[in-house]
Amino acid sequence: MSPKTLYDKIWDAHVVSEDADGTCLLYIDRHLVHEVTSPQAFEGLRMTGRTVRAPEKTIAVPDHNVPTTLGRENPDQMPEDSRIQVAALDTNAKEFGIHYYPVTDVRQGIVHIVGPEQGWTLPGMTVVCGDSHTATHGAFGALAHGIGTSEVEHVLATQTLIQKKSKNMKVEITGKLRPGVTAKDITLAVIGATGTGGGTGYVIEYCGEAIRDLSMEGRMTVCNMAIEGGARAGLIAPDEKTFEYVKGRPHAPKGAQFEAALAWWKTLFTDEGAHFDKVVTLKGEEIEPVVTWGTSPEDVLPISSVVPAPESFKGGKVDAARRSIEYMGLTAGQKLTDIEIDTVFIGSCTNGRIEDLRAAAAIVEGKKIKVGRAMVVPGSGLVRAQAEEEGLDKIFTDAGFEWRMAGCSMCLAMNPDQLSENERCASTSNRNFEGRQGFKGRTHLVSPAMAAAAALTGHLTDVRELM
Amino acid sequence: MDKFEKLTGIAAPMPLVNIDTDMIIPKRFLKSIKRTGFGVSLFDEMRYNRDGSEIPDFVLNMPQYRDAEILIAGDNFGCGSSREHAPWAIKDFGIKAIVSTSFADIFYNNCFKNGILPIVMPQDVVDVLMKDAEKGANARMTVDLENQTITTSDGESFAFEVDAFKKHCLMNGLDDIGLTMEKASAIDTFESKAAQERPWV
Repeated sequence: MSPKTLYDKIWDAHVVSEDADGTCLLYIDRHLVHEVTSPQAFEGLRMTGRTVRAPEKTIAVPDHNVPTTLGRENPDQMPEDSRIQVAALDTNAKEFGIHYYPVTDVRQGIVHIVGPEQGWTLPGMTVVCGDSHTATHGAFGALAHGIGTSEVEHVLATQTLIQKKSKNMKVEITGKLRPGVTAKDITLAVIGATGTGGGTGYVIEYCGEAIRDLSMEGRMTVCNMAIEGGARAGLIAPDEKTFEYVKGRPHAPKGAQFEAALAWWKTLFTDEGAHFDKVVTLKGEEIEPVVTWGTSPEDVLPISSVVPAPESFKGGKVDAARRSIEYMGLTAGQKLTDIEIDTVFIGSCTNGRIEDLRAAAAIVEGKKIKVGRAMVVPGSGLVRAQAEEEGLDKIFTDAGFEWRMAGCSMCLAMNPDQLSENERCASTSNRNFEGRQGFKGRTHLVSPAMAAAAALTGHLTDVRELM
Repeated sequence: MDKFEKLTGIAAPMPLVNIDTDMIIPKRFLKSIKRTGFGVSLFDEMRYNRDGSEIPDFVLNMPQYRDAEILIAGDNFGCGSSREHAPWAIKDFGIKAIVSTSFADIFYNNCFKNGILPIVMPQDVVDVLMKDAEKGANARMTVDLENQTITTSDGESFAFEVDAFKKHCLMNGLDDIGLTMEKASAIDTFESKAAQERPWV
């Protein structure tokens, strides 16, 4: 048998049928659902008299719209259109009998944080959600990717997707990371190296010593942004850390079933000699804490750099860079550390897990913020509870941060957490697109530690100077 | 779904690279629970001032491009979120075909589910098409899906590739859920086998 990649193995285990031209019907093990991209899909089921084929494999949670302020159970806290969307999810979850974590449940949170936390996400699974950051679940060695609403309806009705296989891409991070450098810096550095279209048509497997050394939280951060590099999905082969993380989670297998699962999970790795269509290698020790300067995640540079000159790019990127620099209110040649910050946002499916909050709190402890506002939005109610148990909330609030309830919040600003015009934010989220965090808002993507550093100094800062 | 066979229409040039789904349809329009009515909000932040007035030099506000049915776009069009509201808005505006050197994966798939044809062409061809589109309303291009060609107003023709299954669905306006449901017995068989092999799922 010819050697297979991890992606090949998971793919092969889920093919229901294959046509002569390679079009496959792929079985979906877990379908995660949130309130923004699902209402039209459920409506489609109703209109055609169809039902949810596997409600036991379908999990819904409202996250994009929900307010992150205390007392949010009060519906008056939500504008009417948001309230309607969340209410539609309530109704759809009940009517179709799918698992549901309402906003009043302590387990509610960002769908990509809740899935792993509750043990829904397991190695070797296929996981989809009407959200591009579904790539997050690849950290478990699950084939996980975002889909559109028509495909959400397709999965609800058939528990399958019509797919053609992507190509295999390997991203290897060799060696050790230096202090102050995190999973976020890895994933941004990779996008900086490959561009936002560099992964288009591929599924990425991240590997190498620096990836193996990451915690599960860090691996989720890396895979989360695979989509920002254009890849369909990002994957990391499961290992002892993965199995340890999964064990004992509410929906993970128990006892003999766990042992049986474990035996299969241990076969989920890329065979020696398996073929990759594209290979990118970065040296872990050469990665610096990075920050984005523009309006595409590929606009990334080490914090020690300056804003680049548009003329230094090629082709269509020259105009795009000129537009970005103008939008961001920057000047070519300006030192990144001279960029003053108004607001700091720590949270999102990229960096809203307990390890992220610990990393930020370690920098903040005993100090005060110098920015106008700073907020920490835990990725789930359980992350929030754990942080409070560890006293992190106190560290943040003493420093001047707001301590919020769980949700997507300012990552995409669909709820009231938004930037105002020209407000500049150091953000641990995943997209710095124009208007992403609010109309004319300006986003610099950074790691939680770098966000904390910017909060304390009032400008983009090399966190290593504060360590 | 609407069928797509052959289209002759005005092409609008948008050479900017990395046009993302937040640009195509900003999130404040994502709170609708319907699939329709997004066309007026297409490219909202590039197209309108805050007071709702049009930004005159935005391409789709120019008189010659207001009825565009084809978009010639810069590289990596549709990157970002999975929101199908992006193709819904494009379709609702009246655009039925988009040409670029590359498309983001999820956006590309979403187009086919909505009767929109995304066409990938090499840079030199996109350059020719972009120039043709810049001529304005008198320059009408023809996209012929059956023969897989796109023809400029000067009659210069270029062949493009498209997945055979996607082409079939688009040309016949097929609902692929219906097609998949015809394979229900294969799904049943897979589920029984998987329940034996991986009972923990």
